Amino acid sequence: MTSAALRSRAWKLLELVTTPLLPSDYLDLVSPLRSGADLRGRIEAVHRETDDAATIVIKPGKGWRGHVAGQYVRVGIDVDGVRLWRAYSVTSPTNRADGRITITVKAIPDGKVSNHLVRKAKPGTVIQLDQATGEFVLPAAKPAKVLYLTAGSGITPAMGMLRDSRLADVVMVHSAPRKEDVIFRNDLHDLVADEALKLVELHTDTDGMLDVAELEKLVPDWAERETWACGPAGLLDAAEAHWAEHGIAERLHTERFRPTVVVAGEGGEVTFGKTGKTVEADGATPLLNVGEEAGVLMPSGCRMGICFGCVTPLKSGAVRDLRTGEITQAEDSPTAHVLVQTCVSAAAGPCELER
Amino acid sequence: MTAIDPTAHLTDEQIEELGRELDAIRDEVIASRGEKDAAYIRKVISVQRKLELTSRGILLFSLFPPAWIIGTAGLSVAKIMDNMEIGHNILHGQWDWMRDPKIHSTTWEWDHVSPAEQWKHSHNELHHTYTNVIGKDNDLGYGIMRVDEDQKWHPMHLGQPLWNFINACFFEYGIAAYDLELGKNLHKRRRNNPEFRARARAVGRKIRKQVLKDYVIHPLLSGPSFLTTLAATFTANLVRNLWSHSVIMCGHFPEGVQTFERRSIKGETRGQWYLRQMMGSANISGSKAMHFMTGNLSHQIEHHLFPDLPSNRYAEVAVKVKALFEKYELDYVTGPLPKQVFSAWHKVFRLSLPNRKPKVKAPAKDKELVAA
Repeated sequence: MTSAALRSRAWKLLELVTTPLLPSDYLDLVSPLRSGADLRGRIEAVHRETDDAATIVIKPGKGWRGHVAGQYVRVGIDVDGVRLWRAYSVTSPTNRADGRITITVKAIPDGKVSNHLVRKAKPGTVIQLDQATGEFVLPAAKPAKVLYLTAGSGITPAMGMLRDSRLADVVMVHSAPRKEDVIFRNDLHDLVADEALKLVELHTDTDGMLDVAELEKLVPDWAERETWACGPAGLLDAAEAHWAEHGIAERLHTERFRPTVVVAGEGGEVTFGKTGKTVEADGATPLLNVGEEAGVLMPSGCRMGICFGCVTPLKSGAVRDLRTGEITQAEDSPTAHVLVQTCVSAAAGPCELER
Repeated sequence: MTAIDPTAHLTDEQIEELGRELDAIRDEVIASRGEKDAAYIRKVISVQRKLELTSRGILLFSLFPPAWIIGTAGLSVAKIMDNMEIGHNILHGQWDWMRDPKIHSTTWEWDHVSPAEQWKHSHNELHHTYTNVIGKDNDLGYGIMRVDEDQKWHPMHLGQPLWNFINACFFEYGIAAYDLELGKNLHKRRRNNPEFRARARAVGRKIRKQVLKDYVIHPLLSGPSFLTTLAATFTANLVRNLWSHSVIMCGHFPEGVQTFERRSIKGETRGQWYLRQMMGSANISGSKAMHFMTGNLSHQIEHHLFPDLPSNRYAEVAVKVKALFEKYELDYVTGPLPKQVFSAWHKVFRLSLPNRKPKVKAPAKDKELVAA
């Protein structure tokens, strides 16, 4: 018998001893970061970056498979006793010697998780993690000329890339309201002093908002650069239009932190079949939020329609995609269920989800 | 149903006002649920797991009498914690708001032969909805006993003190049979119903796992202490069964608790539903430790009013609920554990015989009495 088979036998035997619990329920009490456990991490330090932003140093569990610079990680943290999940860009380099990762969080008004992480997170807290994911990364074949077009907390994935690999010709155009609001300002200026970065730092309170059409004045060779843009929807929309206008849309990579909700319609009664709960929902609230409010265990992810961590079978009725207004109907069959993204779908009349 | 309706003095408007006041108490707790409550249940779960593991560890040497005594006592307490403060309350959805998949009514399984899924249906949906409605709420005597004057007497009830004692000793099996509605489903026509058979198989699997763990694996691991460990786990299960049976009997059987007729709940309003829960339940008074060991079911009245509020909050809710009983001149049935257990058992004995005297309420019989 191989050692793996032997181990799985032993594990089965252990399960007979611990039933109805699992051996891991006991192991989690003493060793939540061990290999084989659900992926978790421990907060080791919280460093203030600006008045409303902080970098969280996390020791990931043994199961952590690493990340690619620019990717984000989903973090589940208990705020006022309630487990909430959010996605944050990894801001540490992939080759950090101590194996820790960092995320950098900006507290947004009314943001439950961001405010908690920036102001209340304590070293020693165990949090839930997912493997890093995301397409907003540097390609393996590093481009010769790079532009990072960022604003506010949109700097975080770019910082992950900047710290990870030193490229020959990198320009960053970064906007923040004031000098003291610029996250990583010292690190950026260190890179400039090192000649690893050319930086255009805009303070929108005094300089006004960046007009993307005027980008040429700041970065004359912008069109030749492979560009990564991250920031508020307004900036990204303008950038996408500008790059498309010049016929070089393929050179622009964007990452959005929030979905652009365009359509809302009539809501309806939402039934969560497994939990046996029925609640009234309006046509603008994502089903994910509706379920969470009702105490239903809803899987969740990026909360903006990109990661598919929240998909749930739609058993009956119809839902509306909040980004496009598109209506999805349940299949007229008891077995073939349509999967819907609950974070960007709202009820469009009565519907039933399998949760 | 008692002869005199103890709520007759309340107007419909008062009953609805009472309902609104109870809603306000509920809203207050929901608005203030938070980190402390979450820390409480995690702590209880952690202590229970460590206690169970330690006790089972000690029982590996159960051949030595002190080890047997300490291990058995610890395991009994661990099993009671698992079923009462942890299992019962998590399966009620009291902790679903934490959104922790490890502590959630849809994922939890308990140290009990009735699978969580089936118990949730018979307990949460049936008993908590139809509390004390004769013919609807099978918790009233579990279908084997007569615990209210208005339940029809049958010669089978002569033996009910014995049935009740046997049920107390093997309570978890009684509950499994009850959740399966075994009595009803063993009739020929239903026995082959595929849904019933699937549920029966699920119970069978759960029993097999539980028995294997407690009576085979754990004794085998004890080596020379095989027999003494077997006796210890049997004793721990017995203690847990007797304890939970006593606590649960105290919830609805003691004197002073009201029962209701089927037709009385037709078109019931929120206020009336609350009132039925208030009159249909009884509390147990005692120390903090006692409340904890009953899984806070000692606050049965509060639990029935708000089955999904976290159990650690029932004590503070009870103060407000009791004030409402006083305000609306209603009888808050409560008493120390021995008194309530005695009261419940007394009823089991008394009602094993047919009603001694005709009920005052029934007018036809009143006439007979006068005529006599």
